[in-house]
Amino acid sequence: MTVPTVETRSANNCNETNSPKRWSHIRRVLERPGPFSDPAFEPSTEILPFLESMKILIIGAGGLGCELLKDLALMGFRQISIIDMDTIDLANLNRQFLFKFKDIGKPKAEVAAKFIMNRIPACKVTLLTYDDETNQVDPSTIIPLVDGGTEGFKGNARVIYPGITACIECNLDLFPPQVAYPMCTLANQPRLPEHCVEWVTVLHWKEHNPFGKDVRIDGDSVQHIQWIYERALERAKTYKITGITFRFTQGVVKRIIPAVASTNAIVASISATEVFKLATRSVILMNNYTIFNDIEGIYTYTFEAEKKSNCPVCSTIPQKIELNETSKLQEVLDTLIERYNLISPGITTADNEGQNRTLYMISTQQFEEITKPNLNKTLQELNLTDGTELTVVDKTRANPMRIFLHITSSMETTSKDLIYT
Amino acid sequence: MINLFSFKEATNRSTTGGDPNKPTSKTTPAVLRVTKDLNELQLPGTCKVIHPDPNNLLDFNLTFTPDEGLYKGGQFIFSFRVPVEYPHSPPKVKCTQKIYHPNIDLEGNVCLNILREDWKPVLTINAVIYGLIFLFVEPNADDPLNKEAAEVLKNNKRTFEQNVAQSMRGGNVGSVSFDRVLTHHR
Repeated sequence: MTVPTVETRSANNCNETNSPKRWSHIRRVLERPGPFSDPAFEPSTEILPFLESMKILIIGAGGLGCELLKDLALMGFRQISIIDMDTIDLANLNRQFLFKFKDIGKPKAEVAAKFIMNRIPACKVTLLTYDDETNQVDPSTIIPLVDGGTEGFKGNARVIYPGITACIECNLDLFPPQVAYPMCTLANQPRLPEHCVEWVTVLHWKEHNPFGKDVRIDGDSVQHIQWIYERALERAKTYKITGITFRFTQGVVKRIIPAVASTNAIVASISATEVFKLATRSVILMNNYTIFNDIEGIYTYTFEAEKKSNCPVCSTIPQKIELNETSKLQEVLDTLIERYNLISPGITTADNEGQNRTLYMISTQQFEEITKPNLNKTLQELNLTDGTELTVVDKTRANPMRIFLHITSSMETTSKDLIYT
Repeated sequence: MINLFSFKEATNRSTTGGDPNKPTSKTTPAVLRVTKDLNELQLPGTCKVIHPDPNNLLDFNLTFTPDEGLYKGGQFIFSFRVPVEYPHSPPKVKCTQKIYHPNIDLEGNVCLNILREDWKPVLTINAVIYGLIFLFVEPNADDPLNKEAAEVLKNNKRTFEQNVAQSMRGGNVGSVSFDRVLTHHR
C-alpha cells in the first residue's frame, strides 16, 4: 500500500477545507432533524460555525489520541489542544498513524499536532506543555469529560459531568484487579508458560540476585529478560510446558497487553461522537458508559454508571473515619494516607464559630513547629469530639476533603467486645 | 440556537433537592483553598511564611532574603491578605518596608502581572511568591511603579546599583529616605 506523503495530501486538500461540499456530511446531521435527535435540538446552519469556536482538550496523543484528534478535526472542530508527556517509539508506529519512522524520539503531541494542521489547515491544534502542578478547576464551571480506554480487544467509553454523573473514582472497582497467580501454583504445579516466567520473577530472582543484591527487575533490560527467559525455559522443560520465547517472557514480565488498532479506532469514534453530541446537542447523549468487546464476536452494552454516594472525589458528603477517643492524631494521619492514597496531607478543623484551627501541616517551618507535637496527642487532648469535621488537603486531590470523626469511647468498645464474646 | 446547557440545568435541578441531613461545611471556600495552597508550598530557603495568628490562614507575612542579584543582603517583608473571593480574586500583597525598586512604589504596592491583570484561579500562593522572587532577580524598568527608579535602571545601570545599595542601608536616594533592610547589623 502506498501512503501519500503529508505534503501531497495537504496540497490536495488546502482548497477543499473551505469548499461548500467539505462539511456536507456534518451538515446533514446539524441542519435537519432526524429520528434520533434530542428533543431540544433545533437544526440550524449556525451550529457548524459554532463548532469552530468550541475548545477541546485531548489528553494523550497515543493510540486513542491519534484516532481522536483525526476524528474531531474531521468533524469540524477547529480549536483543539493536545497534551502528552511521551515521545514516539518504534513500537507505536503500527497504530499511532500520525507518526512516521523519521519521527521516532520526537514528542508525540507535537508531531500529531503538526500532521493534523498540515492535513486540515483550518484546524488549529495547540500544544500544551506538561506541568506537574495540580491545576484546579474553577468550581463554578462544569466541563464535561469524555473518557475512553482500550485493552487488547476490549474497550470502554463514557461521558462524565463532574459532580453530576459518576466520576472515574466512583466506578474504580469496576476495573478488574491485576492478574496474579496463586503462589502454590507457581511453586509446585506450573501448568502454563506464564507460571514458569512468574516463578522466576517472583521466587527465583530473589534467591539468586543475578545482577547484584537489591537490583530489581527492569523489563526494558535485555540482560534481565534474557536471564529470566533462560531460567523459565529450564523450568518449563522440567514440567513439559511449551511456548516460552524471549518475547513471551518480556510480555509477561512487563504485563504487556497488545494494543489493537481497530479497538482504538472504535473507542475513539464513540468518544468523538459523544464530544460532537455534547457540542451540538444534535443527538441524545450516551448515558453514560459503553463497553465494547470483540474477542469472540462483537458485543457492546451501554448502561448508566451510578454515582457512588460517598465517593471520596466527587461527593460533597463527608467521609467518615472511625476512631477511639484515646486514638492519637498520628492514627488519623496514617488512616487518611492509607485509605485515600494521600502523600502529605494537611489537616485543619473549624470550631462552631467557623474559626479555623490547624491541626497538622508541615509545609512551613512555623506550622511544623506548632503542629508536629499534635501527632502524639489524643483526640480528647486536641478537643476533637465525635462528629467533628476535619478538612484534609493533599496535592493528590483537586479539592479539599471533608472528613467526619466517628469516635467511640473506650467503654463502648469494651461492652461491644463483651457482647461478641 | 443550541441549547447547550439545558442538560446541565435539568440535572442540577434534580440533584439540588437538598438533603436536610447533609451537614454544611463551616469553612469558607477561600479558607479551604488557602489551606490547600499552604499545604503545598515549596519554597526555597530564602523564603519564610509566617502567620501572625496561626488560626487565621488568610493573613500572613513572607520574609524574603535574596541570595543573588542587586538586592542580596537585604531582608524584605511582604504582607499577604487573601480576600474572601479567593481564588477568583488574587491575594493582596504589599511590601511592608519603604524600598527602592522600580516595580514597588513608596507605599509598598507591588506591580506584578499575576497579582492584577493576569491573575487566574489556577494560580497559587506558591506562584505569587515565585513571582515576587523574580522581581528581585530581575527588576523590570518597562512596567514601573517607582518611575524615577525605573528611569535610572534604564539609563544607568551602575547608578541604579549604587542607589539600591544606598537605599538598603537606610540612606536617601534623591530627597527620599528609605528603610534599612540589611540583615547584618554592623
